[in-house]
Amino acid sequence: MIQAAADTDRTESAALRGPGILTGIWRRFLRDPVGVACLVFLILVIACSFGASLIAPYSPLSADLSHVLALPSAHHLLGTDSLGRDVLSRLLYAGQPSLSGAAEAIGVAAALGVPTGLLIGYVGGWADGVVSRLIDLIMSIPQIVVLLMAFAVLGNSMTLAMLVLGVLIAPGLARVTRAATIAVREELYVTAAQVGGLSRLQIVRRHILPAVAGPVIVNLSLLAAVSILAEAALNFLGLGVTEPNPSWGGMVAEASQEIEQQPWLLFPSGLIIALTVIALVLFGDAVRDATAQTYLDSPRMAARPKAASAQATKRRLADPDPGPAAGQAPAASLAADSLLWVQDLTVALPLGDRWVTVVDGVSFDVAPGEVVGLVGESGCGKTVTALAVLGLVPALGRITGGHCWFAGSDLVGAADQELRATRGRRIGFISQEPMVSLDPAYTVGNQLGEAVRQHTGSSRSAARKRAIELLDMVEIPSAADVAKRYPHEISGGMAQRVVIARALSGSPSLLIADEPTTALDVTVQAEILSLLRSLQRHERMAVLLVTHDWGVVADICDRAVVMYAGQVVERAGIAAVFQRPLHPYTQGLLQADPHLAADGERLATIPGTVPPPESWPTGCRFAQRCSLATEDCAAAPVPLLEPEPGRLSRCIHTDRMLAEAR
Amino acid sequence: MLRLAVRRVLFSVPLILVVSLLSFIFEALIPGNAAEAILGPDATPAAMTQLDQQLGLNKPLPQQYWHWLDQLLHGNLGVSLVNGQSVFSELNARLPVTLALLGSAIVIAIALGWGAGVFSALRGGVAAKIVDVLAVPGLAVPSFWIALLLIAGFAVTWQLFPATGFTYFSQSPVEWARSLVLPALALGLGQMTVLAKQTRDSMLNVLASPFIRGLRANGISERKIIFKHAVRNSAIPVVTVAGLLVIGALTGAVVIEQVFVLPGLGSLAISATSAHDLPVIQGVALYFTLIVVAVNLLVDLAYSWLDPKVRYQ
Repeated sequence: MIQAAADTDRTESAALRGPGILTGIWRRFLRDPVGVACLVFLILVIACSFGASLIAPYSPLSADLSHVLALPSAHHLLGTDSLGRDVLSRLLYAGQPSLSGAAEAIGVAAALGVPTGLLIGYVGGWADGVVSRLIDLIMSIPQIVVLLMAFAVLGNSMTLAMLVLGVLIAPGLARVTRAATIAVREELYVTAAQVGGLSRLQIVRRHILPAVAGPVIVNLSLLAAVSILAEAALNFLGLGVTEPNPSWGGMVAEASQEIEQQPWLLFPSGLIIALTVIALVLFGDAVRDATAQTYLDSPRMAARPKAASAQATKRRLADPDPGPAAGQAPAASLAADSLLWVQDLTVALPLGDRWVTVVDGVSFDVAPGEVVGLVGESGCGKTVTALAVLGLVPALGRITGGHCWFAGSDLVGAADQELRATRGRRIGFISQEPMVSLDPAYTVGNQLGEAVRQHTGSSRSAARKRAIELLDMVEIPSAADVAKRYPHEISGGMAQRVVIARALSGSPSLLIADEPTTALDVTVQAEILSLLRSLQRHERMAVLLVTHDWGVVADICDRAVVMYAGQVVERAGIAAVFQRPLHPYTQGLLQADPHLAADGERLATIPGTVPPPESWPTGCRFAQRCSLATEDCAAAPVPLLEPEPGRLSRCIHTDRMLAEAR
Repeated sequence: MLRLAVRRVLFSVPLILVVSLLSFIFEALIPGNAAEAILGPDATPAAMTQLDQQLGLNKPLPQQYWHWLDQLLHGNLGVSLVNGQSVFSELNARLPVTLALLGSAIVIAIALGWGAGVFSALRGGVAAKIVDVLAVPGLAVPSFWIALLLIAGFAVTWQLFPATGFTYFSQSPVEWARSLVLPALALGLGQMTVLAKQTRDSMLNVLASPFIRGLRANGISERKIIFKHAVRNSAIPVVTVAGLLVIGALTGAVVIEQVFVLPGLGSLAISATSAHDLPVIQGVALYFTLIVVAVNLLVDLAYSWLDPKVRYQ
């Protein structure tokens, strides 16, 4: 059973880096209290077992028939067995054969598995193919019958059986070593070493072995656990160590004879097996974690809660503070007759043990039939804003303030029921990567039909017909045939058309498209964009288009909302924004766009990157990257200003921009 | 689908050859006389000669192996050295017991483990903690020890189920089920915790994937999202683990049969081991290997049903 888990999730190792890595793993391991406790426990078990003759209070074989089946007492700390022998002493002596059996098995496994794995991983080619097949084959051999065969033919020797077990478990180790070797073989520093003229042996010793050591140690501790369990089972069956000599498995078997008189006897021997195996498994886990952490580049990645610990995070964190209602937008500029009116939307995500605001008081509106572009670099909060409108804040984040008025009702704080009725039916959604936004397990037609039925409640056959109509609508040739295909059988462009078709299935009045063309080839981008434009006109849909591509904005949008570091920094009509941007960030983005750059001119760039949310400054968030920045910029939060009628900018130097433009 | 099945069966031929070859390799490893090693130092020369002839031990090993394979193709696995009975019929009589034990254990493990995994992934909280914490001891606690605890509790103290023994289905279906409850639990509980953890992790992975967000954003009902989409996709990695668990459970089954005195293949293998009854052990090895082949085939079929990408490869 352990083998199963070991193969599937414990052994995958990330990309690996050069020597010196082991000390790093060791240092991180020492910070893990569970891992250290397990290691201490294991060392104790080993020391006590091999020092049994020094510390055991009695001989393991000395019977005392006047004190049989006694419960624990001061004289016999763990009681006595059916012959009055001291259980503690027997347990201590029994550790020796169990542990040396496991050592023999993993010794053989390491001696066979590690070199094999290194060799086939490093050399690759047909040797790898042949040996990998052999590994698969040996791993499906039912181990127990082979062990029994060994006992039957080779005689009652636990050592021989453990050596055989070592051979049977070696392939698993070879597989792990191979995977780790292949991962590191492709790394640059290994290639560099090859070019630098190091011999193969030197490369393996200096670069590959240290990187492979982590996964190998993890796997060895699991294999030791497997061996101890196998050894205990064999001893329990009366093979190997035989009465009166003690073994852990044998002591469980002895206890089973007295199960009615003294059930207590089951516990010392059973628990020592279980605890030793648990300690080995957890020790392996701790080493794996220490190894894995080496490869997480940024502290941000490490701190962000993973899906697995998501619920824990949710509970540990107190509710986020509703952020300061920064920069109240002049209300006059927001039409009351908008289809969507996002007002002071603030979203926080959990980061480590605190909440970080990633969307900060964002306001904009979308009129019926209008196309609004939400523009900015990645990390500015565009996607989070778009998803928050649908009530789907990612990564366990929360909307901590503001409103999303849609057709008169507020979607923030709306009941799940209402939100669900809005999604798909009134607001459609197209996500960034079409290839992963369809369920791989169902056909295109099935998934479209499902959406149709959800929105219209129509019958299965009507839904199927409508699904094909929708595919026709998004200009997919031979729609009926495509409907029968699975997502992996269609191209990215076609998948995006399917995703668009699904978004249209509920005839929504607003379509939110999150970077709908980013993941596609350039030629396909243009097709998808023109499809979106014609659909938008034809269906008179409003579209909120999230993008970083000004070409897309110019092509399709009526107005642009520019976001930087969680805030709206500029809002303007499309002609105005291209002609005369009123925020240095907008200006920088436009100058950095290859589509808009003049021929022969060097493409401008904005120095630096968007700072991560936890380090957004109090003052202007763009100041650090801005050529117009003065001391005033960093002094206090900059509100959204209206330097010209109908134009909003979060910059105190718009006058200078205007002056430069003239 | 059919091609896949055929390929799997063809790939199983080398496996069967290797496993059956092993006992001959072990014989070759024994220094000196194999018959003496099998019969022990007290064996009479007459008994040794008889064994030599019976097993063909005096012939060279390749010839011995070839003979065994040839007999196998004729449905003959030899006779037991202990009681002279046909190994083939002995194995067939015991196979249903082992299959019932394995089957009921894996049903318990999958039904409860999978259920607990899905539930805890959706609900979080205490259920999630329990599933996360129990997986390690579930791996670590030997099934024979669980068996003894179950016997101490449910058979000795509360007397709800028989402590040992087996009733055949044909004799009494109710008693048959009762005699299987404790063995199946002993074998299945550990696997259950492992499957629960795997299912939970897999569910959480799938629930965090973009296509689930796509479904949500398009207003598909939560019930559909979970039971049609998430559960099916999360089952794909779990099936592989379940297959490996069944193969691992063969070891457990041998021990559990011994504890509960079930007349299955495992207890036969153990008595044959202490009696050095080589033909019987070779037979059990063959049957166990066939079980592994069958499980792998089932896993492949389940896999290709769940994952269309595999289906068309």
